Amino acid sequence: MTKPESEWTWKELPVGNVILEPGNASTYRTGDWKSFKPILNKELCVHCGLCYIFCPDMAYNLDEEGYFIADLYYCKGCGICSKECPTRAITMVVEEER
Amino acid sequence: MSHQSNHHGGGRGEITMGKRVGMEVSIAAAEAVKQANVDVISAYPITPQTHIVEHLSDLVANGELDAEFFCVESEHSAMSICIGSEAVGARSFTCTSAQGLALMAEMTYIASGLRLPILMIIANRTLSSPLSIWNDHSDTMMIRDCGWIQFFVENGQEVYDHVFISYRIGEDRSVLFPVIINMDGFILSHVIEPIELIEQEKIDQFLPPYQPLHPLHPDRPITMGAFALPSIFAETKKAQEVALRASLPKILEVWKAFGDMTGRYYYPIETYRAEDAETLLVTMGSISETASAAVDQMREEGRSVGLVKIRLWRPFPFEAFKKATLHAKNLVVIDRCVSVGGPGGPVASEVKAAIYGEPLRPSVYNFVAGISGRDVAPFDFVKMVDKAEIEIEEGNKEGYEMYGVRE
Repeated sequence: MTKPESEWTWKELPVGNVILEPGNASTYRTGDWKSFKPILNKELCVHCGLCYIFCPDMAYNLDEEGYFIADLYYCKGCGICSKECPTRAITMVVEEER
Repeated sequence: MSHQSNHHGGGRGEITMGKRVGMEVSIAAAEAVKQANVDVISAYPITPQTHIVEHLSDLVANGELDAEFFCVESEHSAMSICIGSEAVGARSFTCTSAQGLALMAEMTYIASGLRLPILMIIANRTLSSPLSIWNDHSDTMMIRDCGWIQFFVENGQEVYDHVFISYRIGEDRSVLFPVIINMDGFILSHVIEPIELIEQEKIDQFLPPYQPLHPLHPDRPITMGAFALPSIFAETKKAQEVALRASLPKILEVWKAFGDMTGRYYYPIETYRAEDAETLLVTMGSISETASAAVDQMREEGRSVGLVKIRLWRPFPFEAFKKATLHAKNLVVIDRCVSVGGPGGPVASEVKAAIYGEPLRPSVYNFVAGISGRDVAPFDFVKMVDKAEIEIEEGNKEGYEMYGVRE
């Protein structure tokens, strides 16, 4: 597994900065772009998976209890999940207000 | 592409190897590219192009060179094709000058960032405006910081020789950089000179087939040209900067090997009657031969004048330059490009920076001369040395002027 780009030193970079390992975009923390994060109200959730389907960054994963939860490492805070949720179970909350 | 061959000098028919023949320098350059057995040539075929790619297109069309010739719609595309072909491991060549280089400039930075050892010959010509086609160094100075290894050559033989030298250096696993050979447009590109051609077996021995480090191949998928965030961009540039500087020992090693093969030895800084000289002319390119004639003339008159020629422009050979110049009292630096609004010409800026840290350093007097093809004759160098010595004597130790401009 490769490491996030912020941890590479100049000496470690492959010649020409080619990416030799496929799929290393998975280390790219797009999560630090967001100013709003999605909060799921599990009481309203009907497990329809529309958040999972509409998420443009594939940040949503199914957890053991059967809920779709956004991985905040990738979630850019676009709010599409909240907009599409038919039961309004997802609210976008300013990140600083935890 | 035109097929008028009359003005090509000795470029046609059987060419005897290992013997001096008279041929147009552009044709000699093309013959070298053929002997280097390139896989891909990509060029925009009209002005400001030279006979180099015209002759190469003939060689490919006639089946004398087994390569792909891409006749593209712009110089930007010419370099883009070379980047793509080098990325899969094909030895690639292009050339251009002036406005063509300006259009290509964007891609030159990408070629070096991707560390693809393309070879480009620039037949140096003036950048507009005003519109002009003649020779000076304003085109190549525009891309001074593009991250390529950059040579300046003095005559046709040096162009021919440096095609092989450049590929061997650029493709070396410890280097992997594209290379520019700067040769003066018209003054070299369109002139017939005696060229000593090298036997093909010797070339094949000197220049092994290109073994790319990370070629694009479906069996081993990689990504080239990915974007870099601020969190890693500086690391990529540091790696490039360190690697380009570190190519110097390999450049010296390849020049040595070439010299052992042909008897023609090259050095990053070359001198002529310079060792004991009080005043040194500093030149780049074909103008150096004229300057050496002026040095002879001044030496005959008993004056203490010598010549220092910069052959390797990038990576700049700081140590060799200091070794060649620090003993002198005056440096008279000839620039063939104006840095409008700047500290003088780009060569003089470099020279001043190179010696700035030295407690005892020569004065640097800078002339911009010979721009857009205006002749610089031996007596012009004498006049410049006269002027510089007087000005420095009178206290104008870091002067800068455009030589020979009518007041």
